[in-house]
Amino acid sequence: MELKKVGAAGTYESSDIYVTLFPNEGNGIEILLKSSVEKQFGTQIRKVIRETLEKLGVKDAKVQAEDTGALDCIIRARVETAAHRAAEITENFNWEELDKWTN
Amino acid sequence: MDKLRRTMMFVPGNNAGMLKDAHIYGADSLMFDLEDSVSIHEKDTARFLVYNAIKSVDYEGTEIVVRINGMDTCGKEDIEAVIRAGVDVIRLPKTETAADVVEVDEAMTEVEKKIGKEVGSTLMMAAIEGPLGAINALSIATASKRLMGIALGAEDYVRSMKTNRTPGGVELLAARSAIVMAARAAGIYALDTVFSNVDDEEGLRRETQLIKDLGFDGKSVINPRQIAVVNSIFNPTEKQIDDALKIMKAIKEAEAKGSGVIALNGKMIDKPVVARAERVIEIAKASGLYREEV
Repeated sequence: MELKKVGAAGTYESSDIYVTLFPNEGNGIEILLKSSVEKQFGTQIRKVIRETLEKLGVKDAKVQAEDTGALDCIIRARVETAAHRAAEITENFNWEELDKWTN
Repeated sequence: MDKLRRTMMFVPGNNAGMLKDAHIYGADSLMFDLEDSVSIHEKDTARFLVYNAIKSVDYEGTEIVVRINGMDTCGKEDIEAVIRAGVDVIRLPKTETAADVVEVDEAMTEVEKKIGKEVGSTLMMAAIEGPLGAINALSIATASKRLMGIALGAEDYVRSMKTNRTPGGVELLAARSAIVMAARAAGIYALDTVFSNVDDEEGLRRETQLIKDLGFDGKSVINPRQIAVVNSIFNPTEKQIDDALKIMKAIKEAEAKGSGVIALNGKMIDKPVVARAERVIEIAKASGLYREEV
């Protein structure tokens, strides 16, 4: 999946995360995270963001994420949405592919 | 025993915090909404959120219902996502005819076949939110084997009828009557609309008693505070449980003696009375108010 523009998803409400993805051609995945639980879960949040992008086939992205204690499944959902928005995919989502690695 | 569906708590599909722990409040079912509570620009993210939540969160056996968008918008996409996620029931909004139900049923079958899930294993409920739907209630209720119930959506209904919600609920009487009769005739659940003033506990109590007396099985709620009130009205009282147990005891004794018609405290105990007593005991068991001695 190729990011064509800036894509964002989420809210700043408690238990959520606001994720913004920027195209980052040739520079891999870079994550800038602000989190209320950075000390305890920062590594895990970064891992979920990175894995989700990799599974979506996003190779290059600059990620800005502001987390307020989101569960892994919420992080995945927001990254998936932001990536689809950035890739300008608005319908006919590939659920078969998503379904393979979401659990 | 049939499943208890006294309370169905409404959870906006784009609310991460509520999706995470909506099951802890004790509603019989949770309804994650992808339709009216989600703005047109947030449909995609709500769908991803609900999909991931159903797949990952342990809702401890609470029934999960998802209200999808209409088939004229992104309903098909919603159906694919939530069936793949493992939803229990899909709620179809603004149902007007049996054809609306059939269209969703077919889309559900297509997804179930594609992912190798037993066809028909995902249930459906249809919300009636306008006069045409209310008039067609019976044909809607019998349009698919997947239907577990039909529900009233009052806000759109009263708007279509050019009226308003009133404390007594007279504006909804015709629709409620049509829905409950159709549900009973079809052998499925009748589920009532929300009571939107969360601070008016007395009003909620009154309205719940009214719909219970009409024959409904349960009611949608929009706030955890409403759950206990609605559940308590649908639960049998101690006296009702006690009377039901006496009836069952009397009928068993009569059967043992080989006698037909029996009386208890001067009242005849016939088939409908026994059926009602059985129902009271079933609800009491399901809601944890009565445990059968072994």
